[in-house]
Amino acid sequence: MQPVNPQLTRRRFIKGVIASGAVAGTTSLWYAANGQSRPAGAVERMIRLNVNGQDRTVDVAPQETLASTLRYKLGLTGTKLGCNRGECGACTVLVDDIPTYACSVLTHSFKNGRIETVEGLEAPDGTLHPVQQGFVDALGPQCGYCTPGQVMAAVGLLRANPNPTREEARMGLAGNICRCGSYDSYLDGVMRAAEIG
Amino acid sequence: MAYMHIGKDFVPPDVIGKVTGRIKYAEDYTREGMVYARLLTSPIPHARVLDIDASEALAMEGVFGILTADEVYPDGEPQSTGLKILTNEPTLVGEPILALAAVDEKTAESAIAAINVTFERLPFVLDPLDSLQEGGPNAFVGGNTFGQQGFTEAKWSSDQVASFRAGNAPAEDAPTTGPIPTFSIGDLEAGFAAAEDGFVYEGSFTTAGYPHHSMEPRSAMAYWEDGKLYLHGTSQSLTALANDMAGIIGVAKEDLVFINAATGGGFGQRARAGSIPSMAIPAKMSQKLNRPVMMRITREEEFTIGGARQGFQGWIKVGFRPDGVMSACDIFVVSDNGGKGGGADAFSAADCISILYQTEAVRFRGASVATNTAHRGAQRGPGQNQIAPIISPIMDVAADALGMSRLDIRVVNSAQTGDVGGPQGTPLTSAYMPEALRQAADAFDWEGRETRRRQRSGSKVTGLGIGQGYHNAGRSGMDGIVMMGADGRLKIHSGVGNLGTYSYAATSRAAAEVLKMPWDRCDIVTGRTDNHLPITSPQDGSNSIFTNTRTCYGAAMDMVAKMKEIAAADLGGEPADYDISEERVHQIADGSVGMTYAEVAQRAMELGGKYTGEAELPEELHEWTQIAASRLAGSAFMGIYHDPAHSNNPPGFTVTCTEIELDLETGKYEILDMVSIGECGTVVHPQGLKNQLVGGAVWGIGLSALERHLYDPQNGLPASTGYWQSKVPTYLDTPVKIDTGWVDLPDPENPVGARGIGEPSQGSVSAALTAAITDALDGHIFGAAPITTDMIINHIAGTQEDAVALAQNNFRG
Repeated sequence: MQPVNPQLTRRRFIKGVIASGAVAGTTSLWYAANGQSRPAGAVERMIRLNVNGQDRTVDVAPQETLASTLRYKLGLTGTKLGCNRGECGACTVLVDDIPTYACSVLTHSFKNGRIETVEGLEAPDGTLHPVQQGFVDALGPQCGYCTPGQVMAAVGLLRANPNPTREEARMGLAGNICRCGSYDSYLDGVMRAAEIG
Repeated sequence: MAYMHIGKDFVPPDVIGKVTGRIKYAEDYTREGMVYARLLTSPIPHARVLDIDASEALAMEGVFGILTADEVYPDGEPQSTGLKILTNEPTLVGEPILALAAVDEKTAESAIAAINVTFERLPFVLDPLDSLQEGGPNAFVGGNTFGQQGFTEAKWSSDQVASFRAGNAPAEDAPTTGPIPTFSIGDLEAGFAAAEDGFVYEGSFTTAGYPHHSMEPRSAMAYWEDGKLYLHGTSQSLTALANDMAGIIGVAKEDLVFINAATGGGFGQRARAGSIPSMAIPAKMSQKLNRPVMMRITREEEFTIGGARQGFQGWIKVGFRPDGVMSACDIFVVSDNGGKGGGADAFSAADCISILYQTEAVRFRGASVATNTAHRGAQRGPGQNQIAPIISPIMDVAADALGMSRLDIRVVNSAQTGDVGGPQGTPLTSAYMPEALRQAADAFDWEGRETRRRQRSGSKVTGLGIGQGYHNAGRSGMDGIVMMGADGRLKIHSGVGNLGTYSYAATSRAAAEVLKMPWDRCDIVTGRTDNHLPITSPQDGSNSIFTNTRTCYGAAMDMVAKMKEIAAADLGGEPADYDISEERVHQIADGSVGMTYAEVAQRAMELGGKYTGEAELPEELHEWTQIAASRLAGSAFMGIYHDPAHSNNPPGFTVTCTEIELDLETGKYEILDMVSIGECGTVVHPQGLKNQLVGGAVWGIGLSALERHLYDPQNGLPASTGYWQSKVPTYLDTPVKIDTGWVDLPDPENPVGARGIGEPSQGSVSAALTAAITDALDGHIFGAAPITTDMIINHIAGTQEDAVALAQNNFRG
């Protein structure tokens, strides 16, 4: 089977994490992101990020993850932290259209990237994105904690492959865990979103 | 019956917030001046804290203070096994010893690293059989079991343990212990005698304990304002949990505002306050520091204090008469009760066999033994689901031996309306298992697929499985409140938690149904307890749809009765002369004579008294509801109701059929097809029911194939603290499509005919999948859940995977 998004492979993702210097799986990193005590050294702290189409200037610590920046600096709490170690996908956002685990990458890696979170999908008039509407129609979410990540993974998938088969959708969302087990309903939602287009 | 709302899909009010990210979980809140708490947890599985030196930490810049067990329990820690807020007597790795609050989490962690805790190491044990053996270590200082007499020590002789480990039947006098250690139904000896010409199976089994791993860690934020505690937390059951949490924290119920708009997954361990006392830490720390306190919980901490399923090591003997009737079942289970107490899973497993298979004689014996592993308790079908994958393959080998179809042997043994079950012989409120079996078989084309059974294609072989699930699915005795203001909108006050089932909304629709209200004219009032919400039952045990449709229905009926009284008093005639329709109460004889709901609500507020909750409240209202009602009194037209106890056992049943293709060269298999059918009374919310069926299916696959609970035997360190190690099922572990359906026949003990479903939906899938694996391997019974790939390949290779029989319930394979 062909990758759903040829730009996104597990190897590429892991290489990206390594390149960014993030160390997934350490709780100290996650909590360290909230501290300000470490000197900035040579790293510029005030950086500009493009988030949901807006340029935002943020004070970012060198070791800060994108998830921490989004949630605790920019107030975008739709990005959830389920595991904070690159296992569950609840923190999935899009960086240049590619689904990315925000808990496992450093914010400094994306100074030139186009970051999209679940908050950026609705139209200004409140119209839901087709994926959001598809998930509502299919009642994809159960507890909802993984939903923003599922939504962003599905948006990334449909941008790369607007008319996926159900199997392709399953592969495309495979990096997102749902402990409620709502996979079937999420897939119904993705297929519905593809119809709505 | 034609309903306006029942049985129809709708958009639950919170789903938009879930797809947009707007809905807030506890960790999403912030408050000015908020500080951050982190936990110092036990690094060893069993110890006693001798000394805490936090002087260096407290002197660090940005540190505000610590909270210890001595502070939260000034009169000494409770002498019980349950989870504590903080403890000086840890009985598992990761148990919280103290909390420290600082300006940020990095500072808090750095300060915690500077704290010196002196522990006295105590003996620990990971396998209940090691503890049962004479001279073996105990998980607690006082013993290895806990009951009404406090801590006690349960021991077997070395020979008894060795024999049990080898898979032999326990002796007739094998010591039993636990919450419910024994029961007996019918004549066991006669049952097995009747099976002499039929089929008798005897063997040992193991099932894994594994953690909940809810997606949302159980973070909480708290602050105090004007003498009230505001606690942002997580819960399956809003008011039931808040009611008991007030006691754990030590705050008056009327002074606790529990805020919980959404919960990121609850599968048993967020139903009751006793299973989530960690929320008291930020509450007490905030009280001490007079600052808002956020305590985020990590995935590893969630594993430790988040609860887990009990693991079983058991022995079972089952007899079938020549006609396929299960005439006797003798079962003995040694349960792993973990480091903080647990439940009566093994009893529930035997109870389930009695009900699901209508077994003529059942004897249950068990020993529930503590170990220094994660705490155990409620988890999606506790007992019923562990036994489902064990018993289903036994049904199949019996069917093959007796020359019956595997569908027919289940029909022969199925529960129907009028049947009884369990040690008390409790009647079922209704039961339609034969219909569910037939519906599943038809939807799956069971008979048609039988020709593919065990068919080979290269290295791959087809296996078919059918399984059943059961859980008691309904309670009563709770309260309901509905309100209506001068705008005529119906406000349904719901204390039901929002854990992802949408039951808070689905059950509210029973009130709309009674009042014939358009759904867009209804508001569900919930999310925080200062919205004045009635008490509910803890939302475990698949009970919500049954329990809370009763209360919502009753409160709405009370409002209708009051509407008719008011109309009769103002417009003439008797209340019985009136009916309701299209948001009006009107005379039956002349529909033009009546009042709109808005008018009758306005009139109710003018009249006051019982119409606005200021008088004649039901005497039996729960204390929590009394507080809510007293605060609502006089504000609007009120319908209020206390639900009396129902009779008998409302069951939730499911049936699943599945087909797998197992590769004999790799031991791996793919689930090609799956159909799950619910038998849960009238369907209230089809999409919600479908979600419970498919969600339970994923859990069933985890139980039968994947999920583990591993500990390092040398140091007692948990090794499955994350999703990957625990191996929660992903998209790729589950079928690309799961078909669902339901029987949809009403239950007489519920006003809209509904019963619950959440838990059996896991059991039937686990049973069907295990049966399919057994089928693909020519009827080989592993007697285990999960059955891992290694176990399958060992079996195929002729390696005796059973050689490790009962070595450790979670380490098998």
